[in-house]
Amino acid sequence: MDPVDTEVPVVATTGKRTRVVLADVARTGGTRRTVAELTQQSPVGEALLRGLIRAQLANALRLAAVVAVGLGGLPLLFTVAPLVAGARPLGVGLPWLVLGVAAYPFLFVVGAAYVHLAERTEAEFTHLVERPDR
Amino acid sequence: MTSPYALPAIIAVTLVTLVIGAYGLRLARTTSDFLVASRSVTPRWNAAAISGEYLSAASFLGVAGLVLKNGIEMLWYPVGFAAGYLALLLFVAAPLRRSRAFTLPDFCELRLHSAKLRKLAAGFVIFIGWLYLVPQLQGAGLTVQTVTGGPYAVGALVVAIVVTLNVALGGMRAITFVQAFQYWLKLTALAVPVIFLVLHWQAAGRPDPAAIQGETFPVATTVTVEQSATLTLVVPTEVAARGSVDQSRVDGTVVLPAGPHTVDESTVLTFPAGAIVPTVSGASTPLAWLVPGSQGPGGLFAAYSLILATFLGTMGLPHVLVRFYTNPDGAAARRTTLVVLGLVGLFYLFPTLYGVLGRVYTPQLVLTGDTDAVVLVLPGAALGGGLAGQVLGALVAAGAFAAFLSTASGILTSVAGVLSTDIIGRGSIRDFRSAALVAGIVPLVLSLRISGLDVSLVVGLAFAVAASSFCPLLVLGIWWRGLTDIGAAAGVLAGGGAAAGAVLLTVLGGAGHGWIGTALNYPAAWTVPLSFFVMVVVSVATRRRVPANVALTMLRLHAPDALRL
Repeated sequence: MDPVDTEVPVVATTGKRTRVVLADVARTGGTRRTVAELTQQSPVGEALLRGLIRAQLANALRLAAVVAVGLGGLPLLFTVAPLVAGARPLGVGLPWLVLGVAAYPFLFVVGAAYVHLAERTEAEFTHLVERPDR
Repeated sequence: MTSPYALPAIIAVTLVTLVIGAYGLRLARTTSDFLVASRSVTPRWNAAAISGEYLSAASFLGVAGLVLKNGIEMLWYPVGFAAGYLALLLFVAAPLRRSRAFTLPDFCELRLHSAKLRKLAAGFVIFIGWLYLVPQLQGAGLTVQTVTGGPYAVGALVVAIVVTLNVALGGMRAITFVQAFQYWLKLTALAVPVIFLVLHWQAAGRPDPAAIQGETFPVATTVTVEQSATLTLVVPTEVAARGSVDQSRVDGTVVLPAGPHTVDESTVLTFPAGAIVPTVSGASTPLAWLVPGSQGPGGLFAAYSLILATFLGTMGLPHVLVRFYTNPDGAAARRTTLVVLGLVGLFYLFPTLYGVLGRVYTPQLVLTGDTDAVVLVLPGAALGGGLAGQVLGALVAAGAFAAFLSTASGILTSVAGVLSTDIIGRGSIRDFRSAALVAGIVPLVLSLRISGLDVSLVVGLAFAVAASSFCPLLVLGIWWRGLTDIGAAAGVLAGGGAAAGAVLLTVLGGAGHGWIGTALNYPAAWTVPLSFFVMVVVSVATRRRVPANVALTMLRLHAPDALRL
């Protein structure tokens, strides 16, 4: 996960809000405290949320870049390198094998990698938020 | 090419659809049941239903037709149709499910609190929905015409009526089961015949699809030449011609010697049964068909435009989003999307094979322009008029009908849902039913008037409009706090409006040739960036209108489900 946003002051500001948070802690043994910071949009909660969104967006953009290069580069490649476009491994034109068959397992693997990354990011976030000793 | 089993097969698919629909109707008791199946659909059913709904006439008939006609460059259609689900998975699936938006207009209201933006989005949902429904009905007309010899209008009419009734009476719960069933039917209907076709092709010594063929016309065939073309004949052929051949006017029977002949636009040629099919140079040369990148910069622009439209358009299709609401939470939505990506990818392995084998066994379709029919006629053409050819022909016809019924049901449900909540009613079941009738009649009328356009081309245009309007709205709305209602509306109007204008020009035949024609026929490459750009610039300029509770909305969209906030 990305580091906490430095522009946001990490120290809680108003006394009133702190009291509510402490009351929460007393009642539930600490596990709901950070959840309350999230829902009440305290600076800490804000920073946590921004970090989560940035991490998830980075996951998505990274894998989108893999597809943009892996598939999106093909028309250009075929245009500038006619030799590649005309290659015939297994007696079938290479572009036909790539676009007709290989593209689909490729997309599925990228999708599975994203689901894995996104779920791990969420699990880390949940762990961070619900950690009792915070 | 008519198979005696085709009509019973089509009727059986239609009846099963209606029966499952009626079974679902008994289960639909409340408005929630009716519209979103009470969110009680299991992920596996849901993924099959999403795939079943998504694989339309364009996937089932159109892709193979385009591959037959134009070759390798057309493989970007199926790849893009599948990759669209990856884009949906990466940027939209989980947050959208957590937003609890049921439709795109709902999302606009939840995220930006603007009733005007909601109405604008509703307008685009209806436009895209109708644009997408027309080729489904066209495909149905074509199927009935091809496999039974009946009139084009009958197929379009039957599908329109069955789907409208089913949607109006059964709602979402009913169609979930229907759609899931239809995914497996469609997959079987393409996969089983193709096994026989490939074995047959192997046994015949693997004739080369790209080579000039010596195939013959199975029946006397009349061809109207739509663009001036050069036909190459292998042997002298007697044809009945009316129009202009080799720069001289002809009207009557002539014997054309072997070799190339130029035929002018709107010339009508009738070839007798058994004549050898000439090759057309106007369409695509064997080299351009086989090898990508041989069509110059215009081809490259078209390829990238197609990639952009299909990759980014899927998330903006109205019937795709509705389905996400039936997932229990965001993580389930993500997993369901991944299963869909697998199921859809599996399906798209097959249409390409039909297009390629069509080159060997049904080359006359390129000449007559009926390339969309290749999936339907190929089993009979390759395997002959025996039992195998007839049964497999009936199977593909049934699968094709499943494609029209399921996609049309899905779009009609979304269009009727938006019509009934935003335009002509307040969202009661009664409003929904009357909206379904309105939503079904408009595309029926359109499909009876437009019949000459390629099925996949029209669907591609619907994707372009969706990619230029709803994709930027969803992606920026989910990931960027700075989006404002005015910015969103400006982007949708600029990008979506430009794409819709290009579509209307293309459909009405006014797009023209050259660079401008290419830019209008394949608009996404400039309309998608335009939409993103306008949305960001106008949002920054109106940044005081950013909703006050945007942080809370973002928390709801992105917080893991496990926190149960």
